[in-house]
Amino acid sequence: MRDVSIIGLGQTPVGEHWEKSLKDLAAEAIQAAIKDAQTERVDALYVGNMCSGTLNGQEHLGALISDWVGLRGVEAVKIEAACGSGAAALRLGYVAVAGELADFVVVAGVEKMTDRPGEQVTAALAMASDADFEAQNGLSFVALNALLMRRYMHEFGVCHRDFAPFAINAHKNAVGNPFALFPHPVTADDFCAAKMIADPVNLLDSSPVCDGAAAVVLCPTEIARQFNSRPVRIRASSAATDTIALHDRRDLLGLEGAALSAAKAYKQAKLTPKDIDLFELHDAFTIVSVLSLEACGFAERGRGVRLGAQGDIAIGGQIPITTMGGLKARGHPVGATGIYQVIEVALQLRAQAGANQVRDARLGMAQNIGGSGATVVTTILEAG
Amino acid sequence: MEIARHWRLQRHRYSLVGEVCNHCGVKIFPARDVCPECNAPAKTPYTFSGKGEVYSYSTVHHPPEGFEHFAPYVVALVRLVEGPLVAAQLTDVEGEKIEIGMPVEMVTRKLRDDGSKGTIVYGYKFRPVIAGGAAVVAKDAAV
Amino acid sequence: MCVPRPLPTCYSLGLGRDKLEASHLKIMKPNRDVGIVGYGAYVPRYRLRGTEISRMWEGEQGCTPPIKEKAVPGLDEDVATMSLEAARNALKRTAIDPSRIRAVWVGSESHPYAVKPTSTIVAEAIGAVPHTLAADWQFACKAGTEAMQAALGFVGSGMADYALALGMDTAQGRPRDALEYTAGAGGAAFLVGPAEESVAVLEGSTSYVTDTADFWRRQHEHYPAHAGRFTGEPGYFRHVIAAASEIMAALGRKPADYAHVIFHQPNTKFPRKAGRELGFKSEQLEAGLLVNDIGNTYAGAAMIGLTGVLDVAEPGERVLMVSFGSGAGSDAFDLRVTDAITARRACALSTRDYVVRRHEIDYATYARHRGKIRME
Repeated sequence: MRDVSIIGLGQTPVGEHWEKSLKDLAAEAIQAAIKDAQTERVDALYVGNMCSGTLNGQEHLGALISDWVGLRGVEAVKIEAACGSGAAALRLGYVAVAGELADFVVVAGVEKMTDRPGEQVTAALAMASDADFEAQNGLSFVALNALLMRRYMHEFGVCHRDFAPFAINAHKNAVGNPFALFPHPVTADDFCAAKMIADPVNLLDSSPVCDGAAAVVLCPTEIARQFNSRPVRIRASSAATDTIALHDRRDLLGLEGAALSAAKAYKQAKLTPKDIDLFELHDAFTIVSVLSLEACGFAERGRGVRLGAQGDIAIGGQIPITTMGGLKARGHPVGATGIYQVIEVALQLRAQAGANQVRDARLGMAQNIGGSGATVVTTILEAG
Repeated sequence: MEIARHWRLQRHRYSLVGEVCNHCGVKIFPARDVCPECNAPAKTPYTFSGKGEVYSYSTVHHPPEGFEHFAPYVVALVRLVEGPLVAAQLTDVEGEKIEIGMPVEMVTRKLRDDGSKGTIVYGYKFRPVIAGGAAVVAKDAAV
Repeated sequence: MCVPRPLPTCYSLGLGRDKLEASHLKIMKPNRDVGIVGYGAYVPRYRLRGTEISRMWEGEQGCTPPIKEKAVPGLDEDVATMSLEAARNALKRTAIDPSRIRAVWVGSESHPYAVKPTSTIVAEAIGAVPHTLAADWQFACKAGTEAMQAALGFVGSGMADYALALGMDTAQGRPRDALEYTAGAGGAAFLVGPAEESVAVLEGSTSYVTDTADFWRRQHEHYPAHAGRFTGEPGYFRHVIAAASEIMAALGRKPADYAHVIFHQPNTKFPRKAGRELGFKSEQLEAGLLVNDIGNTYAGAAMIGLTGVLDVAEPGERVLMVSFGSGAGSDAFDLRVTDAITARRACALSTRDYVVRRHEIDYATYARHRGKIRME
């Protein structure tokens, strides 16, 4: 198996792109990534996307986008794993290069969500859950996370306000990210007063519906420097699953898929959580940040929420998270998110994170979650 | 309209019919034909009592398409007395204080209504257990 | 417009075509003794007070409403879901295997579908399918008792061991109409079976029907229409009193023989007046008169009155139930309560448990619950 590196990064600003279509956004990110990689050759294109069928009336994104960006003829497919689609596509790109089936692979994530009204987006996102026994009972995706949060608050005796540092940290970091949707700070009072979505989850617990695309170019590490002076090496890539439905989980708050995925990644990279300099986690909701930190070994069960109050999650803290704004404030164009996360870790490792630079960052981890914890893809990157 | 799909599920939905594992005795809901505990085949139908308690809950203010007419509505994970967790709506709870641990019982209600031309989908929801004994109290008072 | 006017104090039976003397009437009773094996009630928890309706249409100085309050179904309730809960209550009071129920008959004027049975939903959910009859009955407010008579005959003939008859409604009254004050929601289920298993045995039954259009609803119309005061004397009183008089005459009974009597109850006045005219004391009506608390439950009205009575009746007591359906007709049932009632009634929620479960709503919430707010 070959060692794999990332040699090109490309992203569009996350936003409400009224004038751009799904394929426009994808093209913008892919072309930027190819330019950054300074390569002419592309062997395959993997496109991570969740909702193009339901929200854009368009499937078959592999062929559509490869042609649209001038890659007609290459192998190209769409990969879907709900909100984990982006990293799932990256995982397959990694497998292809590591397995010597391709040398240059473009992995893109794209989502165009604003073409449809809110109820339809809510219904589309609910497809990440068990259609027959969650969504058809009226449980929205936010509601599933609210059930996790309520139970967490009950079991560990914490209140809603204790989650505020996660939203505050994300918004603060988004200020330094030119691609972020919400580059403005929020306060704890803002957090507590935000509009309720599915109690206890309010608007500032939640990541926004938006559009965006991001892309990376992979190649074997042994030739990476020929194309980019600052390649980023993939030290570990792992995927794991859990039950799609919350009610089938053995341990509701355990996020076992995340624990399993992280454990496999640590094992592959021969690292422990202590070695990780920053963690781009899947903060679709504040509760998910907390559960991820616990599942990935950064906090004991029931204590993850305290990392916020202690400042451990800030840039300069013990384990900086959402250093470019995270899903909360950079934005969460669902199928593109996994690629945005990896790009942000790569920028940190390339020392290109500007005002948000984590000092001496050598090892960064990204974790992308599909559904309420059912698909979890973990990627550990190292400055090349 | 997904007539066949709802029809396939109605036995489970109307009356909370799951399965029991004949090997280890675990009660399973929703039915999945393989025991989640011991992986033995489990296809024996089992009708749950419908009694349970609230394990977690939330109120949906932004409903998915198809549920707008019912919003805001309360959803919950209910721990059935037989063991499994079930994701479902709580009904008849306006003005009630909902708490984790609150006893609830299954009722069959309208889940969604596909407009005046479509079919009505019925299924399980849970409501606070109705206190019995009102007739006895009334009779005693009369005596 | 808010209260039915006082009724004429006298009216006559035998308007020319009622030639048959009551004593010559063959009372309806099957050869095999049958009765009610299990019974169950259901009333939704929402209540709209009469004063809230009068506030809406008459202003703060509005008139005294005809009843205190009426039951309103929840947003997720209809005749199918309500029938199902009543049926489950009836089954809890028996130990029989639901697959032995050979008919599930739901009487209502508010079936959720114009075409597609309510009864199949109930039959499927209680486990009576597939070897069962299932049909929806329609005869205004006596659709349920008509189903009950058929069930008694069906079991009495030996064609079935058990049959389930229901009367259930989510009645709609046109906004500002007099009926808006009373059009309630609720009903009851009766599992009919062999007399030896019954909590109340059928001693006899009769039906009295004429073609009298006092209340109706045409296809595709949302609200029913009615003929105002015509529904009183030629409708309700003529049929109720004839049916009650005939069954008592045929069985050789007098009002004092009954511990309880239940009349169809579109309001509190009609059943009380019918009782007085027939010679019943008000105490005999008390246990079965629920209209003041839940409204007129139409096809469910007389039947839920009977479940209220069975909740409190003593073994050996006789009960008379007389329904009325516009269009028009009355079914009368003479029942004798058995020893089995004492143990059996505690096995499910009582009618009163549902009556006292109440959550008051305002007119706006009522309008939403009853689909009076256009959302698309």
